[in-house]
Amino acid sequence: MKPKVAFFDFSGCEGCQLDALNLDAGDVVDLLNAVDIVNFREVMTERADDYDIAFIEGSVTRESEIARLQKIRSQAKVLVALGACASIGGVNCLKNHLPMEEALRIVYGDKAGYYDTIPARPANAVVAVDYYVRGCPPVTGELVKVVKALLLGKKPEIPNFPVCVECKMAGNICVFERGKTCLGPVIRAGCSAICVTSGRHCWGCRGLVDEPNVDSEKDILQKYGLTVAQVVEKFKIYNTYGDVAK
Amino acid sequence: MKSINLKVNQITRVEGHGNIVLKVSGGKIQELKWEVTESPRFFEAMMRGRYYEDVPYLASRICGICSIAHTTASIQAVEAAFGIQPSAQTMLLRKLLFNAELLESHVLHVLFLAAPDFLGAGSVFPLLQTHPDIVVMALRLKKLAYNLAEALAGRKTHPLSCEVGGFAKMPDLKELEAIRKRLEAALVDFDTVVGLYKGLRIPDFTRETEYIALKDAGEYAFISGDIASTDAGIIPLSNYLKVTNEFCVPHSTAKYTRHKRDSYMVGALARFNNNHKQLLPRAQKVAAELGLKAPCYNPFMITVAQLVESFHAAEDSINLIDQILSRGVATEDNAVKPKAGRGIGAVEAPRGILFHDYTFDKNGVLTNANCVIPTNQNHNNIQKDMEALVPLILDRPEDEIRLRLEMLVRAYDPCISCSTH
Repeated sequence: MKPKVAFFDFSGCEGCQLDALNLDAGDVVDLLNAVDIVNFREVMTERADDYDIAFIEGSVTRESEIARLQKIRSQAKVLVALGACASIGGVNCLKNHLPMEEALRIVYGDKAGYYDTIPARPANAVVAVDYYVRGCPPVTGELVKVVKALLLGKKPEIPNFPVCVECKMAGNICVFERGKTCLGPVIRAGCSAICVTSGRHCWGCRGLVDEPNVDSEKDILQKYGLTVAQVVEKFKIYNTYGDVAK
Repeated sequence: MKSINLKVNQITRVEGHGNIVLKVSGGKIQELKWEVTESPRFFEAMMRGRYYEDVPYLASRICGICSIAHTTASIQAVEAAFGIQPSAQTMLLRKLLFNAELLESHVLHVLFLAAPDFLGAGSVFPLLQTHPDIVVMALRLKKLAYNLAEALAGRKTHPLSCEVGGFAKMPDLKELEAIRKRLEAALVDFDTVVGLYKGLRIPDFTRETEYIALKDAGEYAFISGDIASTDAGIIPLSNYLKVTNEFCVPHSTAKYTRHKRDSYMVGALARFNNNHKQLLPRAQKVAAELGLKAPCYNPFMITVAQLVESFHAAEDSINLIDQILSRGVATEDNAVKPKAGRGIGAVEAPRGILFHDYTFDKNGVLTNANCVIPTNQNHNNIQKDMEALVPLILDRPEDEIRLRLEMLVRAYDPCISCSTH
């Protein structure tokens, strides 16, 4: 029996799922030989409640999504967090810095009462997560690597060293040397430093490495001219779920 | 007399979560609703307090399909606020990058999301058995569009090299030259798609509405111009709020809009109805072959208009690459000096006109944001189309009514999570 795979989207841009379709035709055929995709609302009409592996995309931002995720967890043998929103909360957690009533009022004005929202959280704040495919969006290669590992029942080898290592290997000039600031020194590698290679800097979408030296990074950022407030703003974009969401 | 109690929970093969509700008793429609249930994400609240260079980065995350459109509208809004005029080179690169996303998005919709309905399948996966050539071709076209975006911006979903002021990295011209060849081949592939679509039966349904799109005197507008309405003529971009008139309804987490009538349409068909004379020759020819003629009031023809636009975007991309190859590329200084003020950026995302409107303080920190998304502008029109369509097909079997309503929603290619940003 081929394992049955299901994709579920929560609050997010759905880019992770769509990027998964960017495999080459040959890889798609290989994948369909290895698994049965039984739920993928974004591209297929058929759906089933019987699945083994669940991919969760997006973060949880409503009460109703908590129950939905718990139900998926009780069905799935393996649960995978796909992308930054599901893995670490993602950009959605930026709203957690405001009272929810304030966020509702800014967007919906006097009709805020029609709608509900709760502070955004990653999947593992609600249920146990077995595998993580990090990134905003994830790199396709890592998705394939994780799928292969979980089909074999192994742990995938995901780097636990900072982006700087891969950035050096890519031959990039250090962002700080270019007079800009970067979160690379404390963020988990695995992305080949694609943002720096493309001329920009690291925003931190893959989350912190285990035991990051955040204080030292903050010192560096301040040394390069950012105030404490600006440093906090830099980290806010992806990496403050643990700090603010309770 | 007929009774129907139909609910399509989370319609499939669209981006995001929406339901269709139809209740009929005694042959009379009691309830007919297009419900948007997607969780809102509060981007306009989250953008407040962000430094300007992080704003387009964040804006990109509004949508996983049209992230280049959001990034571009966002960059242009910041530039308008700071009084920055992008260079000629930047505009060439931006247009080419924009085409890449349009191609990818249209291929996704025309071949992966819409086509299975016409071919009697639930998804593209069974088509691997029944129509393998079409599926392999669709993946090839998607890959080409993806690679073009990659060459210009590092990746397609959440592009990187495009920033306020210009491009942070120049493309490799050899790579563009290779992609140019693949674009020539893509035009042949698109001819095959035209052959496929010629054999499909597009539902015959018309409802005239107001059609709104960007308009630029110089070209078929995607990233420049003012607002054009088939009812009201040209409206300056600065007056966009008078066009969109957003309002809330309790059964939709996405806002609705209206202008001169109860609702209006944006997207490929609205662009075609407003700007068809500016399509490049090959696209014009294909439109004629597929029976698409302006003004067209059939929403099911949106998919055909997307196919026509795919020819335009491929041909335009070849022209843009030729210009870039002949003039070469040079790294430019994209240094930006923030200043206090408001700026509006508007582009034609694959699904229609998109507005980003920002206000910054003197340090370049955002104090207010408003984003009006194409699908927000189409939700109300989908509802009105349903209200016109259902009475015409009420005598059909329930399954057929359900499929026809699903096909109507899919024709709009809605980007629902985008609309509940």
